Amino acid sequence: MDHLLGLADDALVAAQRLGEWVAAAPELEEDVALANIALDQLGAARLLLTYAGELEGAGRDEDALAYLRDDREFRNALLVELPNGDFAVTMAKLLFVSAYQLPLYTALTGCTDERLAAIAGKARKEVAYHLDHASLWTVRLGDGTEESHRRMQAAVDEIWPYTHELFTPDPAAPVDPAGLRDAFLAAVEPVLATATLDRPADGWAPSGGRSGLHTEHLSYLLAEMQVLHRAHPGARW
Amino acid sequence: MSEDGGAMNGNRNGWPLWEVFVRPRRGLSHNHVGSLHAPDAELALHNARDVYTRRQEGVSIWVVPAQTITASSPDEKDAFFEPAADKVYRHPTFYEVPDGAAHL
Repeated sequence: MDHLLGLADDALVAAQRLGEWVAAAPELEEDVALANIALDQLGAARLLLTYAGELEGAGRDEDALAYLRDDREFRNALLVELPNGDFAVTMAKLLFVSAYQLPLYTALTGCTDERLAAIAGKARKEVAYHLDHASLWTVRLGDGTEESHRRMQAAVDEIWPYTHELFTPDPAAPVDPAGLRDAFLAAVEPVLATATLDRPADGWAPSGGRSGLHTEHLSYLLAEMQVLHRAHPGARW
Repeated sequence: MSEDGGAMNGNRNGWPLWEVFVRPRRGLSHNHVGSLHAPDAELALHNARDVYTRRQEGVSIWVVPAQTITASSPDEKDAFFEPAADKVYRHPTFYEVPDGAAHL
């Protein structure tokens, strides 16, 4: 069930990061949009975590999996746990994650696991919107002012190395992520070109998230996310 | 973008005002549902979808820059809208409706 936790934790951690933007976005309308995307990711995370808990058969529900695992037990990719940075960094992360999730969920809708296929079918529609939204902003910032172009390029350069981990081969998964990189590049490269941004060279490829080896950012994120549940274990809300 | 913080004026930091019209899934016409700020039409559509439709499928959204709308003047309300009810000859109510045309 590690691949399922990978999907779920990507969505959960991405949702937590996007939630940090609430009431802090550059514009009121963008605040609403980011919150919407966060809610979409959280919704997918809940379905996937619930299913993962059932498959595990150890009585862990979505809350137990979200709130009572330590960072070493999380299977999210490093990309989603990186700090929000400025708006450009957040958009670069959203662009890359959604360009990965869209072909992934699309492929999963055809997998033999009907429950997973149904979840993927629901999430796919939402992720298509996330990709569209991030693409619009990447183009707007990259092809905007001199300063926004500089920041968007810096964001893309900073985040790009973390995209490689998304395509780590996993032959045991219903859809091997290794086969998704072409679709990812087909979605991302035209956006970068339209945005007058340079596509970074492939080189350094940090990884470890899928096996529980995270950056220093995740444990802080989890501390904040889990504090109440750990202070009052077993409470109902 | 300027830092004028003029959130209440029509052009908030270069984000003009857009009027939003939505046709509900089973609706016949687009109704005005509100307004919002956006830098361009594409993002205005995105924002309208988030704010006014909760992304229900099958709805149609129109966004229009507020400045392109010409409104009738309240001062000329009387001349514009007074229905001249006393001029009965303006109302086509004096015709015999032929049989079989009940819903004319």
